[in-house]
Amino acid sequence: MKVLKTFPDKCIACHACESACSKLYFKEDNQAKSCIVISDETHPVDMNVCNQCGTCVAACPTLALSINNQGVIMLNKNLCIGCLMCVAVCPTESMRTYLGNQNPFKCIACGVCVKSCPAEAIKIVTE
Amino acid sequence: MERKVLAEFKYDLAPVVQGYNKRTLYVNVGTKVIAAKPVSDMMIDKFVGGKGFDLYLMWQGVKDSTKWNDPENEICISFGPLCGNTSYPGSGKSIVTTISPLTGIPVDCNVGGHFGPYTKFSGWDALEIQGKADEEVIVFIDGDKGLVQIMTAPDKEINSHILAEELVKEFADSPDKLQYVSVVSTGEAADHVLITCLNFSFWDKRRKVARLKQAGRGGTGSVFRDKKIKALVVKYSGLKSDTNHPVDLPTLQKTGLKLHREIEAGDDSQCRMHQVGTAHLMEIMNDYDLLPIRNFKYGQMPEAIGLHSKEFTALFTQGMVDGCWYGCSLSCCKAVDNFKPRTGPYKGQPVCVDGPEYETAAGCGSNIGIFDPKDVVEINFYCDTYGVDTISFGTSTAFAMECYENGILNQERTGGLDLSWGNADAALELLHQMARGEGFGVTVGKGVRAMKKIFAEQYGADPDFLQDIGMEAKGLEYSQYMSKESLAQQGGYTLALKGPQHDEAWLIFMDMVNNHIPTFKDKAEALHYFPMFRTWFGLQGLCKLPWNDIEPADNAQTDEPAKVPEHVQNYVDIYKAITGKPMDKHELIRQSERVYNFQKVFCMRFGKGRRIDDLPPYRAVGPVTEEEYLSRQDRYDKHLVEKLGLNPEGLTTAEKMARLRAYREDQYQQLVDAVYERKGWTPEGVPTVDHLQSIGMDLPEVLEVVKRYL
Ligand code: SF4
Ligand code: SF4
Repeated sequence: MKVLKTFPDKCIACHACESACSKLYFKEDNQAKSCIVISDETHPVDMNVCNQCGTCVAACPTLALSINNQGVIMLNKNLCIGCLMCVAVCPTESMRTYLGNQNPFKCIACGVCVKSCPAEAIKIVTE
Repeated sequence: MERKVLAEFKYDLAPVVQGYNKRTLYVNVGTKVIAAKPVSDMMIDKFVGGKGFDLYLMWQGVKDSTKWNDPENEICISFGPLCGNTSYPGSGKSIVTTISPLTGIPVDCNVGGHFGPYTKFSGWDALEIQGKADEEVIVFIDGDKGLVQIMTAPDKEINSHILAEELVKEFADSPDKLQYVSVVSTGEAADHVLITCLNFSFWDKRRKVARLKQAGRGGTGSVFRDKKIKALVVKYSGLKSDTNHPVDLPTLQKTGLKLHREIEAGDDSQCRMHQVGTAHLMEIMNDYDLLPIRNFKYGQMPEAIGLHSKEFTALFTQGMVDGCWYGCSLSCCKAVDNFKPRTGPYKGQPVCVDGPEYETAAGCGSNIGIFDPKDVVEINFYCDTYGVDTISFGTSTAFAMECYENGILNQERTGGLDLSWGNADAALELLHQMARGEGFGVTVGKGVRAMKKIFAEQYGADPDFLQDIGMEAKGLEYSQYMSKESLAQQGGYTLALKGPQHDEAWLIFMDMVNNHIPTFKDKAEALHYFPMFRTWFGLQGLCKLPWNDIEPADNAQTDEPAKVPEHVQNYVDIYKAITGKPMDKHELIRQSERVYNFQKVFCMRFGKGRRIDDLPPYRAVGPVTEEEYLSRQDRYDKHLVEKLGLNPEGLTTAEKMARLRAYREDQYQQLVDAVYERKGWTPEGVPTVDHLQSIGMDLPEVLEVVKRYL
């Protein structure tokens, strides 16, 4: 399973990963639209991102969520009807949405954030 | 399948605006006229949508003399402005109305499945079907193309579990698009008997079957078949989270997400809908002496352990997303997969059975003395596919079994069927006979009211006894709760406009268990508020379950826990978010009150809706037989002491029963007085002109009917 692994001890909370992610998928620099979320109120920081556990897949009524052959959970926007049931069941609150959007969104372990991180606090690993 | 197009109607596709299309679809299967009708502002203001639109359209379409099988009788299916949103749990209901063959007045059913939302998003706020076809037809709505067709239906199959699946496959664009088609159908029994239903399908992508949800009550399936309609089919493939075009999608999503999370956190401890659906109620009802057993004689029996929810949990496939519409995270629709019936035409063939829900488990289980869950599942399966209402089947069969127990029926009269309590083979054979249109099953399938008349006239049975044990009012069979010890629920059942169904009010715990509404005034207030509040679901296209089967964690600490204030506020919020119109919890009740009173006056057009129509059989009120009295003697003796100030010692059981009966019947009448007054009706149950004016339901045609009675 391909997954984005986080190392909070190393994170310097520069939020570069969030910018990279939201710019790639939403064409804007906006934490609310990033699949990875860094909250720096705690120490070490909280790095929230999908761990590909699959809970959401079972909750989706339209089979819009599926696991690809690398073990990554993918969302098919053509099938998604935006009920947000997947958001509610996600045990780590990593199925993301922002109100007013048609569909939720999630980390697909693409790695764009890894390249942006100056502190090596995130890594794509295969488990 | 070779089909001839008999009539065709093209229309412009246009997006829904804030929950409304502002037009309804009229289809006459007799004259083959298909037309669009505009929705006026008056309709929206006074009738809102859903059941309101249905009744308004039907009012224009029928005459005071219309019978269920007259061509002008209509089947109306409407959805409501909130229907079809995918954000808030329980938002996919259709409301079906017709003049019922059982009651002769409008009946309304609230049903899930995808037909309603898809038809709405195809461009219609309601579907109004009239006329009688001279050959078998299908009505097809293509919401992707903007096309309505009436087609011939030479299909061999009528039974829903096969027909629905065949039609989904036939009308879908391709095998990967089956989820965009939904079918309304009934079954063979609807050609022969009256206790019938309509099945609304949704394609279950995981199980790869057409699941069936029932518009159960009042014989809708018989009207459908009388019109020679085999099925209604809709196709719509554009569903998104904003297809209903709400004015404020973020608020709608936020409110939905809050409830999703509440359900995720509370379902296991509160209602176990994910595991077992409404069948979780079985042991709760049995524990409280509320589970109907042997035609509502008793509410509790040790044998009922056989129908414990754990038995159904074991039969239901677990871990499935069983919502009857997208976005319902409460997901109560359980199914038994690969069930192999042991009787009938589908014997040995693996089928998917939708349910049993509580009502079916009680009606087709304990109430007829059956305590094997597999028998219940089999009856459930055949009821659905034949188009028989499981509630009326249960109550009608229970009545026949009690008549058999009392010698009113015997094997000669039943054509050889041994209708002893718990004889599942005989119950199933009744069902198969209904489907074949032969034997004693046809008599049972006419419903309790008709059986009372037949047994008195043909078998010389005592009409008073039949009246006492025949669990029907207005011609409709009671649904499956014991109301004997809850005066408020006796009213909740028997005052319900369409007949004794618990969807207007379920007050048993509030009244009997918690004693929160001790006075007549309290009960009347509850019998005003809850029917109005619940009517609102039918105006909007919503399901009742997510209102109070799941509660916020702090609900008990609120000032009115029975109302679930936070959820009421959710409804206010999502109504505003979708329609953009003002709303608060008071206006919500007023919206319902208008339509509720309209429905009441509608009944009066047919000469019904009078005080005498609101009378329960005594079985719903107290013990009819000595056996019943003696089985709960301590309770009834105590009742005599505490309520009547009577010392039961020295009195015979018959004397005690008579005193109790006089008291309880008088209590019921006092309740009716209080409720009518609270509802703004005369002591005869007629809405006053003042009241109709004050709620804004003083249309001239309504006042004209009311004045006949004043
Ligand atoms: S929001 Fe989309 S992906 Fe998530 S459960 Fe609903 S349909 Fe599936
Ligand atoms: S609670 Fe059950 S009946 Fe109600 S909408 Fe959800 S799945 Fe359908």
